[in-house]
Amino acid sequence: MNTNILHITNGSRVSVAEIPLMDYESFRATTLELMGDKARHCVSYFAYPNASALRLMMCIADDAAHDILVYACDVEKGATLTSAAADCLALERYEREIHENWGLEFAGHPWYKPVRDFMPGKYKFYEMEGEELHEVGVGPVHAGVIEPGHFRFICNGEDVLHLEIQLGWQHRGVEHLMLEKKRLIERVLLAEGIAGDTSVSHSTAFATVWESLCGFQPSKEVLWARTLASELERMANHTGDLGAICGDVAYQLGAAVYGRLRTPIVNFSQRWCGNRLGKGNVRPAYAPYAFTEELRQQLLSDLAAYERDFLEMCDKIQHFPSVLSRLDRTGIVKTEQAESIGAVGMAAKCAGVCRDTRASHPYALYGGLNVEPVVKSSGDVLARTELRIDEVKQSLAIVRALLEQMPSFDGQMRSAGTPAADSFAIALTEGWRGEICHCAITGADGELVAYKVKDPSFHNWMALALAVRGNEISDFPICNKSFNLSYCGHDL
Amino acid sequence: MLKSLKIFLHQGKQFIPDVRTAKAPGVFRGRPVISTEKVDEKAFADVCPTGAIGTAPVSIDLGKCLFCGECERCFPHKVHFTDDTHMATNVRERLIIREGEDKPIELDKSAIRPEIRKVFSGSLKLRQVSAGGDGSCEAELNATGNVQFDLGRYGIEFAASPRHADGVLVTGPISANMAKALELTYEACPEPRIVVLDGTDAISGGMFAGSPDLDRSFLDTHDVDLYIPGNPAHPLTVINGLLDLTRE
Repeated sequence: MNTNILHITNGSRVSVAEIPLMDYESFRATTLELMGDKARHCVSYFAYPNASALRLMMCIADDAAHDILVYACDVEKGATLTSAAADCLALERYEREIHENWGLEFAGHPWYKPVRDFMPGKYKFYEMEGEELHEVGVGPVHAGVIEPGHFRFICNGEDVLHLEIQLGWQHRGVEHLMLEKKRLIERVLLAEGIAGDTSVSHSTAFATVWESLCGFQPSKEVLWARTLASELERMANHTGDLGAICGDVAYQLGAAVYGRLRTPIVNFSQRWCGNRLGKGNVRPAYAPYAFTEELRQQLLSDLAAYERDFLEMCDKIQHFPSVLSRLDRTGIVKTEQAESIGAVGMAAKCAGVCRDTRASHPYALYGGLNVEPVVKSSGDVLARTELRIDEVKQSLAIVRALLEQMPSFDGQMRSAGTPAADSFAIALTEGWRGEICHCAITGADGELVAYKVKDPSFHNWMALALAVRGNEISDFPICNKSFNLSYCGHDL
Repeated sequence: MLKSLKIFLHQGKQFIPDVRTAKAPGVFRGRPVISTEKVDEKAFADVCPTGAIGTAPVSIDLGKCLFCGECERCFPHKVHFTDDTHMATNVRERLIIREGEDKPIELDKSAIRPEIRKVFSGSLKLRQVSAGGDGSCEAELNATGNVQFDLGRYGIEFAASPRHADGVLVTGPISANMAKALELTYEACPEPRIVVLDGTDAISGGMFAGSPDLDRSFLDTHDVDLYIPGNPAHPLTVINGLLDLTRE
């Protein structure tokens, strides 16, 4: 193996010149060797134009060593390369994305399917022959108030043999606009709009990358506010999802109670920053909304009322046979599957794969909080339900611990300065769905030449496709809801 | 059974008794008021990430505003976002707030098509179409159906199929990939049918305005019956807008 690999930590910046360059064959061999270790997974792999060539950037996180391995490779435009995904499935969507965005060919890729640019109606879906088989097409417009995606099932009677998911409907050009829009506030708003339900974690990733490019160290209260906002975001979404899961198994009491329990959390976010989803709460270099003693008291009393009703409802559903029978052993993702597709966050943790950036690559104040990731082994809808319950309990404890050490806020606007030239920065955050990765590269004038966003859903949609195999098609809604993946975060 | 009853009792009364007068708790960045204080108008306008601030006279276009609060932060004496959630209207120009103005945003009743109040005043079913948004408007629309906001009490609901719907409610800046699906969904609604744009992204494209990955031609060929600004639009903004449109 090429030992000349750069090891960096989450949230750090390096000069582009420090990133080792190798030829594609050793780049591919190095990647395959590194990915052979289960403690490692690819957090970002992308291309960007570099002089007359294209540069491939590989970022592999090592959860055991708590660092990120970075190396690169220059290739000709329009080159045909040997696919690494053919030997390492976790890379398959990255290669398809690079092919789609930059025109490189990956020979031997297992499934050259469009990621986002599919020209609706033109792409030919995977087909299976058989007199007893039928296809069911769903979407892009779904029955609920939900984002668009197309699901194509191949069924034998009621049983799903295969599910193909076509995304891209929400593609609006986030990464392209990140380069085109030059003002910081524009970029901040773009980051907030990557996935509206995860705006805190995405904007934290953006702010971290930006501060790191500028060589700016944010103060303790800024990091404190981001950590608190991120845990509130996790609680609100997990609570809403528990309600939606109850709704999908027609358990109305659970749907109503969890549905209304989300409200005090999002309303608290509004009291704090003026937006129920936390938009506006994270800005590079400073904390725009002071957290006051009054807010602290409000949150403590909101949480006390929330916790009582939340625990009571959880106790009910966790002992309620007609709910449990719909969740138990439905939509299983096996450990090997989660590992092979590079699943992150909930999809991984529910299948026994411990991947949680808060513990493995801590950022903001997580380093001092010693978060023990919640891991379940059964990989089914029940595991994804129980994980949410356990994570909400854990978030309650984290939030209370943070409130014990509340810093003072001056509410002053600050600037991080200007980004350093020819630099590379990377930030991982743990959104409620899982690991978010933002990478930025600046050119000789300090302007952004590449900005890459990776939402956890980029990997985890494949987990949903695998989970429904062998299940009845009528269980698809509950499987889908148990992942609650992001369309906009994937489509960018 | 006893457990369920206990849970039921512990919920108390959750519903908001009167959504027409209900306030959003704490701070809410709603309808802005612009003072007549003299500022460098260009510098003020340049603060805005979406070009929502106009000059001579100074104005803020809520159809473009993402309610990020940057202008208030930089010019605290010039602009203040009030907690007024009633911001929906049927005339695009009414979303433009001028300096010195502090009056509620209302619908122009004369511009409401007569069939809307005749047919939809007791019941309205909408087909929601996401088209390139960030999912936050969808989250708030789902919240309109929870036990607190309870939009269903007014006979207003989201329908699973456009065949059962009285129109479309669009969220997102309308991505090119969704343009055809939006048109087909609209065409599948029986007449009379309405078009509602929910959220700043839908009204103007928001931060994505001008992106080559959008196709907003749907709006060139269809009239809009209601604009609901917000990032995302608050459930109270949505509910009151729909009520104002469909009933006296």
